[in-house]
Amino acid sequence: MTHVWLVVGAVGVATIAIKATGPVLLGGRSLPPRLADVVELLAPAVLAALVVTQAVGGDGEIVVDERVPALAAAAVALVLRAPMLLVVVVAAVVAALLRAL
Amino acid sequence: MPRVASTGGRAIRLRDGIRAGAPLAPAPFAFGVSFGVLAQAAGMGIVAPIVMSATTFAGSAQFAAASILDENGTVLAAILAAVLLNARYAPMSIAAAPSFEGRPLRRLAASQLIVDESWAIAARGGGRFDLGVLLGIGLLFYPLWVGGTALGALAGDVVGDPERLGLDAAFPALFLALLVPQVRSRRALVAALLAAGTALVLLPLAPPGVPIIAASAASLIGLRR
Repeated sequence: MTHVWLVVGAVGVATIAIKATGPVLLGGRSLPPRLADVVELLAPAVLAALVVTQAVGGDGEIVVDERVPALAAAAVALVLRAPMLLVVVVAAVVAALLRAL
Repeated sequence: MPRVASTGGRAIRLRDGIRAGAPLAPAPFAFGVSFGVLAQAAGMGIVAPIVMSATTFAGSAQFAAASILDENGTVLAAILAAVLLNARYAPMSIAAAPSFEGRPLRRLAASQLIVDESWAIAARGGGRFDLGVLLGIGLLFYPLWVGGTALGALAGDVVGDPERLGLDAAFPALFLALLVPQVRSRRALVAALLAAGTALVLLPLAPPGVPIIAASAASLIGLRR
């Protein structure tokens, strides 16, 4: 459990500092434009990588299992503008049903 | 920027935020429940997910950390992925900074209520932010997020085998749902595709978590003007 608390503590402290950047730490100054452009792209890049590793990641190899059709079903739900919770539930239900077959 | 002197004025402005956020209120609660369930299933226990929701108060980073711990990634990879995801709050907090009032400690506390929804709804264009709306939405969402997490972590304890329930398939679907609103430009799309490709190539080669950190380098295409 020590590693879990290390993550919780470090991420908590870092996030508090990041959110305080503008109103407390920088006091009105702004980021250099190039750095701001890179920061803006961090979230889409990391999220896209998380989609891949969570969908086909395995024990040091690529594993294609029920998660892939579940992700496809989630994508359809997103195209149909379903709310986020429904998208997640659709994926879980599809995977659970395929495993129960 | 004129300051609101009377407490009455501030109360009204906070109420504006709570009213603006009310229709969205089920989302942070349900999202909190799902974080509690998934974090518990990922081996984080019951208390740690609740403490994380109370201190980090940023969904995608928390899910990222939980999912990397779930796949036996290193502590460093989990921390880095979460911090890289939350880095977006730096420019958001800088943009809203001129609207914040009071002493540094008060501004520090208020800045913690910046979340995607409160920031976006409080934006008034031209770099102005309605602080009452931002704080009102943040204050409304915070107990729902933390309470939802607690409920989910406790429920997750009795749910049973996470794979049989398809909970492992919930993670990629969730990250896809979080990704879509982040892809607002052609450059963001290119960065996302580059990152996805990098992660796929590194998946069989690198330890868990490392493909995600390496893929974040795709954001460097932002250096090109």
